[in-house]
Amino acid sequence: MDSAEIEILLLSLKVAFWGVLASFPVALALAMLLARGKFPGKALLDGIVNLPLVLPPVVVGFVLLVAFGRQGPIGAFLESHFGLVFSFRWTGAALAAAVMGLPLAVRAMRQAVESVDRGLEAAAATLGASRIWIFATVTLPLIVPGILNGLLLAFARSLGEFGATITFVSSIPGETQTLPLAIYNLTQVPGGDSQVWRLCAISVAVSLGALLLSEWLLRAARRRVQG
Amino acid sequence: MKLEVDIGLRQGAFALEVAFSSDARITALFGRSGSGKTSLLNAIAGIVSPQRGRIAVGDTVFFDAGRVCLPVQRRRAGYVFQDGRLLPHLSVRQNLRYGRFFTPAAERYADFAQVVRLLDLEHLLERRPSLLSGGEKQRVAIGRALLASPRLLLMDEPLASLDTGRKAEILYYVERLRDEMGVPIVYVSHSIDEVVRLADTVVEIAEGKLTGIGPAIGRLEGGAVIDARVASQDLDSGLARLDFAGGSFFAPEVDALVGERVRVRVSARDVSIAIERPRGISMLNILPGVIVSLGESAGASLEVGIDVAGTPLVARITRKSAGELGLAPGRPVFALVKAVAIDRHSVGYA
Repeated sequence: MDSAEIEILLLSLKVAFWGVLASFPVALALAMLLARGKFPGKALLDGIVNLPLVLPPVVVGFVLLVAFGRQGPIGAFLESHFGLVFSFRWTGAALAAAVMGLPLAVRAMRQAVESVDRGLEAAAATLGASRIWIFATVTLPLIVPGILNGLLLAFARSLGEFGATITFVSSIPGETQTLPLAIYNLTQVPGGDSQVWRLCAISVAVSLGALLLSEWLLRAARRRVQG
Repeated sequence: MKLEVDIGLRQGAFALEVAFSSDARITALFGRSGSGKTSLLNAIAGIVSPQRGRIAVGDTVFFDAGRVCLPVQRRRAGYVFQDGRLLPHLSVRQNLRYGRFFTPAAERYADFAQVVRLLDLEHLLERRPSLLSGGEKQRVAIGRALLASPRLLLMDEPLASLDTGRKAEILYYVERLRDEMGVPIVYVSHSIDEVVRLADTVVEIAEGKLTGIGPAIGRLEGGAVIDARVASQDLDSGLARLDFAGGSFFAPEVDALVGERVRVRVSARDVSIAIERPRGISMLNILPGVIVSLGESAGASLEVGIDVAGTPLVARITRKSAGELGLAPGRPVFALVKAVAIDRHSVGYA
């Protein structure tokens, strides 16, 4: 790997990492809400959360551009109050990764929450634990495997994100050009084939590594939880 | 401590309407499956809320419709569930200590070492719940509930998922608990053996309604319960002599020491009646008494209540024999009880 390739890899990992980290609390809250909540509009919320799975990524990218661009209502607000800029920055790529990975994370976590035995929570309540303590000491530890699973799925999805990213923040080398964008870019350049192959190999290695790691983490977490 | 319950609870098509109070060490809620026992227990614990009424334990009002509804975690009613419900991600030690953390320091009375000793949990402390047997799980569940220093202990058929051997083991621990910890227990069961062996007061429930309340000693559906004292243990014959108010009788393999008080359940099926003292008979227990009641029956058999010098017994005999022997209230008879019918499962510590 030459230094340019290392830079592309590191950028991709950075974007995916921050994207997943930022979406984690949102994903967990949505998973709890969808698994346990009873409120009007639940089906609608469920649909909206899952939209990025079925929409063309370009549409998601365009919506992000309109909403989070410097002229967009949310983008302008975030810039003037927090100095947070998304358009044509790696933060924008991370945001696109977060939105595209969210449905996968929510699905895995929601399933985990739904499989928690409510009887265990009732037992904790009879032992004096309040709701917040029950969540921290019973629910959360029991859904750790599901959380890990969701985070890794979202991470893998983020590494492969293409359409939303290129629409929202374009393909700027060193700033928003992640692995898939770099590969696409090189396929458009005559004589880029050998570099394309190398980046593809890196892609495969990283994805496979992430999958193996997730499998191992998952098994370790299940062992811990189930005793 | 007095437990007062007077509630109306509706769950779908099922309605529970029960009022009773008890200050017994162990109050048994007795009835068939689906009679509302567990719903009543859940209402006391705060897991479900009644529509009407009041629940109080000692000076603490748990529930008073429209005014008070203490949340589950502030009632501190220790609950031993039928299925244990140990937290699978924690060790036995962590499970045991779980409730203590949430108990206000001033109200902690349960001592870790004492409870561990009482329930013989020492060698299990570092294990995960998944590696415990059914009986061990229930012992840990009982210990966990106790160590939260509960105001009262609710036990929902804690033996239901266990085999006979394990049942006897847990019963023994519940008796120790009753005698050593001083925490009032509400014990749900559909097993007459358990109820009689453990409880001081029995609350009978059928289809959501109270059908009877009273001491366990005395007459109970299908038999009688006798308070007795172990007078002697004969190792040669394997028989114990049990003295009670109306005399004494023999029972095999009683796990109690001489001098200890026991409670014996005598099933009506195991009692026969003779109008003269029989001779040359294998029955060891021949008790003179007087007939006090003759059950009404359209079937082949009926129940005869006998007073044996103050202790009630019940015999189930055929209507035919009752007629041929000319049985009637007031008539002196001899009650014959087969010693082997009183096995170790029908004898418990009083």
